Amino acid sequence: MQEPAITEDLIAAHGLSPSEYDRILEIIGREPTFTELGIFSAMWNEHCSYKSSKKWLRTLPTEGPQVICGPGENAGIVDIGDGQCVVFKMESHNHPSYIEPYQGAATGVGGILRDVFTMGARPIAAMNSLSFGAPDHHKTKQLVNGVVEGVGGYGNCFGVPTVGGEVRFHPAYNGNCLVNAFAAGLADSDKIFYSAASGVGMPVVYLGAKTGRDGVGGATMASAEFDDTIEEKRPTVQVGDPFTEKRLMEATLELMATGAVISIQDMGAAGLTCSAVEMGDKGGLGVKLNLEDVPQREENMTAYEMMLSESQERMLMVLNPELEAEARAVFVKWDLDFAIVGETIAEDRFLILHNGDVKADLPLATLSGSAPEYDRPWVETPAAEPLTDADVPQIDPIDGLKALINTANYGAKQWVYEQYDTTVMADSMQTPGMGSGVIRVHGTEKALAFTSDVTPRYVKANPVEGGKQAVAEAYRNLISVGAVPLATTDNMNFGNPEKPEIMGQFVGAIKGIGEAVSALDMPIVSGNVSLYNETDGKGILPTPTIGAVGLIKNADDAILGEAREGHVALLIGETAGHLGQSALLAEVFNREDGDAPAVDLAEEKRNGDFISANREMIKACSDLSDGGLALAAFEMAENAGVGVSLDTADTQQLFGEDQARYLVACNFDQAEALMIAAGQAGVTLSSVGTFGGDSVTMGGSTAPLADLSDIFRGSFEASVA
Amino acid sequence: MRAAVVVFPGSNCDRDLAVALKEAGADVQMVWHKDTSLPEGIDFVGVPGGFSFGDYLRCGAIAAQSPICRSVVDFANKGGYVFGVCNGFQILAETGLLPGALLRNAGLKYICRQVPLTVQTTDSAFTQNYTQGQSITVPIAHHDGNYNADADTVARLQGEDRVAFTYGDNPNGSVADIAGILSENRRVLGMMPHPERAADENHGGTDGTALFRALVDTVVSA
Repeated sequence: MQEPAITEDLIAAHGLSPSEYDRILEIIGREPTFTELGIFSAMWNEHCSYKSSKKWLRTLPTEGPQVICGPGENAGIVDIGDGQCVVFKMESHNHPSYIEPYQGAATGVGGILRDVFTMGARPIAAMNSLSFGAPDHHKTKQLVNGVVEGVGGYGNCFGVPTVGGEVRFHPAYNGNCLVNAFAAGLADSDKIFYSAASGVGMPVVYLGAKTGRDGVGGATMASAEFDDTIEEKRPTVQVGDPFTEKRLMEATLELMATGAVISIQDMGAAGLTCSAVEMGDKGGLGVKLNLEDVPQREENMTAYEMMLSESQERMLMVLNPELEAEARAVFVKWDLDFAIVGETIAEDRFLILHNGDVKADLPLATLSGSAPEYDRPWVETPAAEPLTDADVPQIDPIDGLKALINTANYGAKQWVYEQYDTTVMADSMQTPGMGSGVIRVHGTEKALAFTSDVTPRYVKANPVEGGKQAVAEAYRNLISVGAVPLATTDNMNFGNPEKPEIMGQFVGAIKGIGEAVSALDMPIVSGNVSLYNETDGKGILPTPTIGAVGLIKNADDAILGEAREGHVALLIGETAGHLGQSALLAEVFNREDGDAPAVDLAEEKRNGDFISANREMIKACSDLSDGGLALAAFEMAENAGVGVSLDTADTQQLFGEDQARYLVACNFDQAEALMIAAGQAGVTLSSVGTFGGDSVTMGGSTAPLADLSDIFRGSFEASVA
Repeated sequence: MRAAVVVFPGSNCDRDLAVALKEAGADVQMVWHKDTSLPEGIDFVGVPGGFSFGDYLRCGAIAAQSPICRSVVDFANKGGYVFGVCNGFQILAETGLLPGALLRNAGLKYICRQVPLTVQTTDSAFTQNYTQGQSITVPIAHHDGNYNADADTVARLQGEDRVAFTYGDNPNGSVADIAGILSENRRVLGMMPHPERAADENHGGTDGTALFRALVDTVVSA
């Protein structure tokens, strides 16, 4: 077949700038073939190359004694003792999910699960952080229904419990929803698999599902802004098959146990191209592929299409040739394709042959290592104007609470998480609804806690403090269930990085995240960047989603109790009554004003350490975040089916969103002991009320718990389902 | 009790079922779906939850045609004990070992939550350790758990005391609130809720434990 001529339009359609094309000419010293142009476009797009973000990502703390493998592999790996490790990462699938919500979300889940089991880990927990446009925007309902069903459809069939996540709504996401999928797996620390190839003349093996034309050019699409031609991009979304993924996981883990795997890499964005280049580059080797041997789902596929296809549920592996028969038998057992499609070569070449014709012949190390890197201009986000005293609203506390829980953002999310299997694998100790998800490490005394957090309003007003706050909230959610925070994955969702103010948000958020993970000892071990989340020039709220994992050494030490009749409500941490950028202001007064709350990392650490040291005395614990004391106390009471009475009626005291705070429920004797311990530790602790009865009271204002519960449990479905 | 748990390529509750059986004292072997016979000397077969063959067509329809299912049907016809949970119940219905069919949930959505069940009969090896009318809490996790059968079949099931469990608050539209049913000889039980996810105090409670203990006690003494 005649390949198209390389024209200026064709180059632009591949998302390559004229200067990037000049660079290609410089590297190869001739005009690229059509297939080569596609390969460069796949390797150099923002999604795969991190060309705008790399400079800043390098500044993040990624090391610690607990870290076995930091960023750069398929997922991060953290030691959890006894020769075991947890393997995890969060990744976005934003652009595809907006175009085709069910398949976009489903394949997002599939991609992140593959990242985890590619390293030899069996997935044990999933989360997802979802951001949608305004509840009344005409696209929102369709997106919410499709995305939630897609997440569930894939994860439920695959058989991994979804243990947590977030769902938020804001008009800034009207044209770009966010779907950030997290997965964690469990492995033995001495049985981890990496992507670096080794040995010359080793067979390169293709595993899993067949290659079709789906997703051709997907990574390039994900690196562009949307405009009104978006419907035309639907064919670049992949289609997921969780049943095949489940078989691929079982077969891959079984294959690894045979000793046949030298290195392995999943085929994600830009499929065969990225995976082959990655394995060769990391191993300092070249790779030769014979495309006629690639299992194909469709007829007459070209080299270009095969190299850029993003068909799902596929892996590439370098095989120990002595064990080929054993390896093949495993894939036959699971009815999956197993095909030798090439070999490792000594020269630094990425050589693509199709029926004997050379379709691409590129210097592999240069192709991988010479992706452009930009130091994009950026401007610091101007300091937000703090709220003045005169500007602080007052509201009857019950009216404020009712208004808050009657929104899609702060209503209960059971409509969402009941569509996810939260208990498969029979190790879920805490399912979604209250703070972190907790999963027992099967067959051991240990448990792991998982959370995902970010408050985009804060990040927009103040990227540095907002970045810190996302980490601090994740830290507090882990502390609240009795876990020791271990490490973090970051999923950075921003607008167009070519705009200095957007780049400024990114730079600020990275700075805040870096400071916080360093102070709280939860290094970044993996992550993903999604830029160009803009439609017709309008960007999303800056949304650096933080996924974090904590360890509970003995599952019996987890804080998973409920508030009970007669329990004292103790507030840990300083309350100044910060209402700037608060949930109350945004949702009830329709104002996103003021500065984000400042995060005192030393206080965060002190208060977190205090809870960890005194957890035997704490029956139930919740971090304070959006909605402050009022919302935390209500949620704790509602979850336990018991009333609560708080002494204050002051709006700032109740709805302020000062950081480093927790609400604790315990019996009277323990409250006294905790107060003494707090005094010794220099921690601010005060008694703010009691649990009991069947109503919610704040100062002189009261309402039956059952009435509030009805509002809380019904508002989400009423507004967006 | 020597138990076999069948594994289809898309089973994902096979380990959970095996763990619950082992905890109750059973000796458990996993059996691959391509096997043409059950291991010698087996007393009990568990058909686990999951998505046996992806369930892109009618749930359980392909699994019911697999080599191992022919052996499971023979085993049941000779009086063997068979237990199908969730996808396992769908498969047993597809094989004809149990009457009726599991349709898409009335709300058309997947539902995963703890639900109250009422024990309708204690006259079976599975349910003898409960009390008649006892309310237990067990999770459900399914998209197609809406039990359906014609009126005569339902009347017969009820008349022969073969409804094992009903839902307290029908989550999926099942006819007569039916959550689980027994075969005519009372040795085959199919149910949509997951008792194997309610057999550990750290995970979903222990209301399912009595079922596994009862089985192990009965089948050993048989």
